[in-house]
Amino acid sequence: MADHLLEVRNLSVEFHTAQGVVKAVEDVSWHLDRGETLAILGESGSGKSVSASAVMNLIDMPPGRIRQGKILLDGKDLLKMTDEERRRINGKRIAMVFQDPLAHLNPVYTVGWQIAEIMRVHGTPQADAHARALALLKRVGLPEPEAALNKYPHQFSGGQRQRLMIAMAVAMKPDILIADEPTTALDVTVQAEVLSLMQELQKETGMGILLITHDLGVVAEIADRVVVMNGGRVVETGQAAEVYTNPQHPYTKKLIGAAPGKGEMPVEGDRDGEPLLKVQSLQKSYGAFHALKGVTFTIMPGETVAVVGESGSGKSTLARALLRLEEPNGGKAIYRGRDLVTMAPKDLFKMRRDIQMVFQDPTQSLNPRMTVYQIIAEAWAIHPDILPKSQWRGRVSELLTKVGLHPEMAARYPHQFSGGQRQRIAIARALAMEPSLIICDEAVSALDVSIQAQVIQLLDGLRKEFDLSYLFIAHDLPVVRDFADRVIVMKAGRIVEEGPVRQVFDHPREEYTRALLAASLDPDPNVQAARRDARRNMETAVA
Amino acid sequence: MTDTATTTPRGKGPFGTFLKLLWADKFAFVAMLFLAVVIFCALFGPWLMGDAAGGLNLRGRNAPPFQFDLGWAMMLGADSLGRPLLPRVIIAAQNTMMVAAGAVLCSMIIGTCLGLVAGYSRGRLGQIIPRFADVIMSFPSLLLAVIVLYMLEPSVTNIIIVLAITRIPVYLRTARAEVLEIRERMFVQAATVMGASSTRIIFRHILPVILPTLITIATLDFAFVMLAESSLSFLGIGIQAPEITWGLMVSQGRAYLTNAWWLSFWPGLAIILTTLSLNLISNWLRIALDPAQRWRLEMGGRKNG
Repeated sequence: MADHLLEVRNLSVEFHTAQGVVKAVEDVSWHLDRGETLAILGESGSGKSVSASAVMNLIDMPPGRIRQGKILLDGKDLLKMTDEERRRINGKRIAMVFQDPLAHLNPVYTVGWQIAEIMRVHGTPQADAHARALALLKRVGLPEPEAALNKYPHQFSGGQRQRLMIAMAVAMKPDILIADEPTTALDVTVQAEVLSLMQELQKETGMGILLITHDLGVVAEIADRVVVMNGGRVVETGQAAEVYTNPQHPYTKKLIGAAPGKGEMPVEGDRDGEPLLKVQSLQKSYGAFHALKGVTFTIMPGETVAVVGESGSGKSTLARALLRLEEPNGGKAIYRGRDLVTMAPKDLFKMRRDIQMVFQDPTQSLNPRMTVYQIIAEAWAIHPDILPKSQWRGRVSELLTKVGLHPEMAARYPHQFSGGQRQRIAIARALAMEPSLIICDEAVSALDVSIQAQVIQLLDGLRKEFDLSYLFIAHDLPVVRDFADRVIVMKAGRIVEEGPVRQVFDHPREEYTRALLAASLDPDPNVQAARRDARRNMETAVA
Repeated sequence: MTDTATTTPRGKGPFGTFLKLLWADKFAFVAMLFLAVVIFCALFGPWLMGDAAGGLNLRGRNAPPFQFDLGWAMMLGADSLGRPLLPRVIIAAQNTMMVAAGAVLCSMIIGTCLGLVAGYSRGRLGQIIPRFADVIMSFPSLLLAVIVLYMLEPSVTNIIIVLAITRIPVYLRTARAEVLEIRERMFVQAATVMGASSTRIIFRHILPVILPTLITIATLDFAFVMLAESSLSFLGIGIQAPEITWGLMVSQGRAYLTNAWWLSFWPGLAIILTTLSLNLISNWLRIALDPAQRWRLEMGGRKNG
């Protein structure tokens, strides 16, 4: 058998925990060749990162244990090498890029120093290392590379930091680049740039890229082959386009089916009458920074309005200002004839019943020391007029059933649930108030794709049942497509485009909206390839 | 699926659960037994052994421990006036525990309340209260105690007050720092959105999260307060002569440390064991109070992993 550049054979890794032995990956095999991009696709808990961690010797042992298997680099088994030998391989032959670049860059050293350090530890002389660091910063496309060498990590934006990480990773011209969710924390437009940078570097150096991701769009954009993992096992492997168009395993089918942005877009019905919420030139500034520069829109009863924008566009500030978590500096927000912005605390208290919020991260938005029952019933403890105490228990069971959880779960604590279940609890808590408007701030962004689809379905069902309106804030366009009636696109504190979903998606008026749509990745590799070509043609035309 | 449904304690009511969780941590269980003994001594010691502890026996001056011919009371030896040590250690528990527990509780309650207010209010109070703590801290605590006790009458109540005041900043600062962090957490904002009042947010959402930290500090402080009280007693402005505390016994025995070590050793041991027990219990409490950690105790009982 011809040697692959990197091959993982029948790898099984287990972790010893208090709950017994957890098999993180079981009998996993894959291989990577020179110049090739292999994507490991899976949802959280699927074990997609574990085999890469084993390659990099990042598994803590104990509690981890590699029960069986081989990891062959050019035919030599990494698992049989000493730690010293593996250190020499790490960084030099195999390099890694992480999800959160800020957490992986040392805040007290300049980036120039950190890039040069990698080369120094592998024996490059000081002066050469410095020159090469400068060349690398130029190569990854950072503005003003000379000045950038002496800057600290916090002075860069998220996308620039990821470029820095890539520069560090490719400093020793590695044969293999492992990228663990490299673009998950980035905006869509930046994501596309970072991915294409990785591809360019691959073309120049011929390295193999191992990409770990949960995002079908990323796979479609960059991967040649894909390994689909579920529950610690490889369920399917093959050419990316092949797997997408002709999935064999039921799990892959489910995963592809759950990808947002393929369903029928809702047709906008006529909504006459008084709007539920009318926001007029709402403003909020922090010192000299204007987060909201006069935002105006309306929400009709029973309508779902999506607010889409990249980070820093002011969409979260908008939600917080409407709920008076931040005091707006100006403008009006007329809710059922009353202005939320100037409302007195006593009226604000009553209004809290009507407008509820579902937060992005359910892990943080549920008090870890309260049971689910306490969390949901708190609504009635605060607003005693909603429900007499004797009915609390029954109503909690009812609400849990409504959001698809078992009533017996009321006695449990939040940490005993998965991410999607926690978000359901948060939704149940919001419903306990019997609100008429729910503001969802990135409510599904932290969830896995298949869970995302379920939660959105739940929200959609609840809308009809309770006659709710949603203000749905997201950075992800496809998520919004199947769900919202109208879309508002925000950029730098302003609304740049607003309209029914169909109109915004099919006939975007603004350049920015078009850029956002073009940058968001389609899960279909063929569609993505066509888009890539179009982009390239555009670039050559400009050049 | 997170299948840890078994973690919900069932049956036997809260007391049964409490015992089961305590039994799971053997160290904490022993510590709890020891503390129960100490508390029993503190409550009933003077009443049971008051006479034995006061009796002078000049022939038994500095009698070494473990000489059984002098009777059970002399088992741990006798002090420089020939008073038996064992009953003295037992009756000293009352004053010691009263001073230490009183001072620690007072400073913890006052300090925590002030810290919660200081951390949560964004107005002027949040600025003024920490300065108040700075004022207390910039003053050497022992000096403050000396001055106050010099002016006031040295009595148990006054010692408690003085020691409590000097220990307030510890809790105040810790509570404030933690509140500042937790105030920004998402679940606090979620409560705000529901219309929860500030009182509710502070006591229902923030306090339970910071309480374990404060309790841990309190148990450490317990030892500090016992020793501080002994320093005051040593200076003659603490507990007055016929009354007795462990700290006072330690400092009285110091003069004889070279030839009669047991004078300081037994009360010192009592201090150490009490503090250690409190520490073990606070450690156990931290885990038992945290729903995300509680499984460690529940697992322990089942011999798993």
